[in-house]
Amino acid sequence: MSPSQPFAIDSAYVIKGGTVVDATGSRQADVLVKKGRIAAVDKALDHKHVIDAAGCIVAPGLVDLHTHLREPGREEAETVESGSRAAALGGYTAVVAMPNTEPALDNAAAVRQVLDLGATALCDVRVAGAITVGRRGEQLAPLGEMAALGVRLFTDDGNGVQDSRLMRRALEYAGALGVTLAQHCEDEALASGGHMNEGAWSSRLGVPGIPAEAEELMVLRDIALSRLTGTPVHFLHLSTAGSVAMVGAAKAQGLRVTAEAAPHHFTLTDAECAGYDTVFKVNPPLRGEADVAAVRAALADGTIDAIATDHAPHALEAKEQPFDQAPPGMLGLETALALGLTELGLDHQRLLALLSWQPARIAGISGEHGGPIVEGASANLTVIDPAATWVVEPEHLASRSRNTPYAGRKLTGKVRHTILRGEPVVLDAEAQR
Amino acid sequence: MKHLLSVNDLGADGIEEVLRLTDSFVEVSARSIPKVPALRGKTIVWLFYEDSTRTRLSFETAAKRLSADTMNFSVSTSSVKKGESLRDTVETIEAMGIDALVVRHASAGVPWQISQWVDAAVVNAGDGWHEHPTQALLDCYTIRQRRQSLHGLRIAIVGDVKHSRVARSDVLAFTALGAEVTLVAPPTLLPPSLEGWPVDVTSDLDAVLPKADVVYLLRMQKERQHESLLPSLREYTALWGLTRDRARLLADDAIVMHPGPMNRGVEIAAEVADLPNAVITQQVANGVAVRMAVLYLLLGSGAELVA
Repeated sequence: MSPSQPFAIDSAYVIKGGTVVDATGSRQADVLVKKGRIAAVDKALDHKHVIDAAGCIVAPGLVDLHTHLREPGREEAETVESGSRAAALGGYTAVVAMPNTEPALDNAAAVRQVLDLGATALCDVRVAGAITVGRRGEQLAPLGEMAALGVRLFTDDGNGVQDSRLMRRALEYAGALGVTLAQHCEDEALASGGHMNEGAWSSRLGVPGIPAEAEELMVLRDIALSRLTGTPVHFLHLSTAGSVAMVGAAKAQGLRVTAEAAPHHFTLTDAECAGYDTVFKVNPPLRGEADVAAVRAALADGTIDAIATDHAPHALEAKEQPFDQAPPGMLGLETALALGLTELGLDHQRLLALLSWQPARIAGISGEHGGPIVEGASANLTVIDPAATWVVEPEHLASRSRNTPYAGRKLTGKVRHTILRGEPVVLDAEAQR
Repeated sequence: MKHLLSVNDLGADGIEEVLRLTDSFVEVSARSIPKVPALRGKTIVWLFYEDSTRTRLSFETAAKRLSADTMNFSVSTSSVKKGESLRDTVETIEAMGIDALVVRHASAGVPWQISQWVDAAVVNAGDGWHEHPTQALLDCYTIRQRRQSLHGLRIAIVGDVKHSRVARSDVLAFTALGAEVTLVAPPTLLPPSLEGWPVDVTSDLDAVLPKADVVYLLRMQKERQHESLLPSLREYTALWGLTRDRARLLADDAIVMHPGPMNRGVEIAAEVADLPNAVITQQVANGVAVRMAVLYLLLGSGAELVA
């Protein structure tokens, strides 16, 4: 494979030799890109500028429903720019930035600040607004004012909305705006003081546990509230077999619920916490083997709609604290796709549905992201070499932080190129800016 | 063995090795000048992030009898108060040239983390609810003084197992040496899962006492009644305290143990603590010799004995 040449944003080029995979199917085709849009999809297209895709999958850019970009407030851990670079290298052309920044993204001005920072980022940066003021769970945030800026998802992520009446009101109000509320499911009273999954490992390690039921109680409640209000609910980072079963049952009843799962919840168990390495501390916590199996099955059978990274950068000094004092969270953007390819055994279209067009629909950005790859569509694409193997090296990640739980792990499948609105932001696995 | 973080680091053979060595250090402690030059030139630092009187004094005495130099890192007056991180603190201390760190911390796992950051030997002197291996070793030694062997002994551990590092280490050590352990506690004070623990569990103390060779009472912290784990200490004493009446259920030669500090009148009646079968002060006395054995194994020429 010859090295691909960098291009100016307004230039035209052909992505040549790949297999185009989108929601409509899979075919051998070249993709001609002109002025930020797909100009043609056909066999044997030619142009003087070529991006090599031989042996690769050409897919709609990935969409992450759950990214912590940390800006404003925690720029030592990540910025919009560094996080977007990590996203682009991971194959993402859009991310939804979570609102648990400092201060929280709970008003139009705060949302606009992140959108402005995102305007020059290496991926499309969308914002999830907070449901309640300051994410304190007490008073409804100005959802309409934020929706007017294009916000389509709202969540107090990091915390669940504890007050059932307030959550009901929020759902009712959101219904009129046509936006989706996303819940971090955690009954705080039951989870209180916990730092890992409650079970055999927490008991042995003497670490206070968070029972699966702390998550499941809020899934149960919000399914009920979705039924009561008729408003959709999106469940963030489901981690337990019980949660998955309830979401499956709710969908079978025709309720408008959607769900995501994070890569660490289908690849790692709470046994990883045995050495008290805080890189494995995350919320919801790593669960047991039966939960991991249930999440995998739910990704395969469609109960879970999306793989979302819950990319949560933390500075080294924050993680070098006692296990019960270190903040929860792990990196995800640069490893999610490869983990899916390596671990899930799904066919490529099914996996890409979970990583691209299904999350794009939940994020309300289907028009621009998630394909299909057809003439006239915005050129948000990723080119994946599904056979390339690589080893995760924390020091080589683009994120400002190093808290990946996969250090040293060999993965199969690597992003080769990422195209954002026609601009090749990643070429041959190198960020172009 | 480089560190002593968990009883599991020793295994049954390692525990036996420590107990054998302890015999010789008990002999040293009985001399008119109870001091040997075994660790001359070695420097040991006490890194206690949590208050402790008896454990620190016990380690200090053990180190002095081995002629080691000791330094105390006092958290309350140190840079920790100024916001220094755990890692910076231990790396700073290690830079002074030390051989061992004896660590106590309120958070489970801290000795494991420190052992990743330093070359010095790390001894766990209690981490959160997790482990307190030297306590378990001195408990084994104390039982052996009375009963030769732990094999086949029925040992009841009574009380707040959930929050007890002593209980976790004792279960590992007692069962490694062949004892049959029963945990006796209200369900709120048991760990949420006992999967993989080779123990029996009951909440009926009266049924356990007549058959027990050893009754090991755990300290009941007053705060537990404010966390809805117990209705009241009074009710705890009524149901799980070793009261005078209940002590009559014990076999004549049954041993009563407690890691201290005791709440007389809560988990143990004052009179029971003073019975001849209560070996609570022997536990403290043996603690010094056991810790001499541990420090000698880690830092002395004994380091080769348990590879």
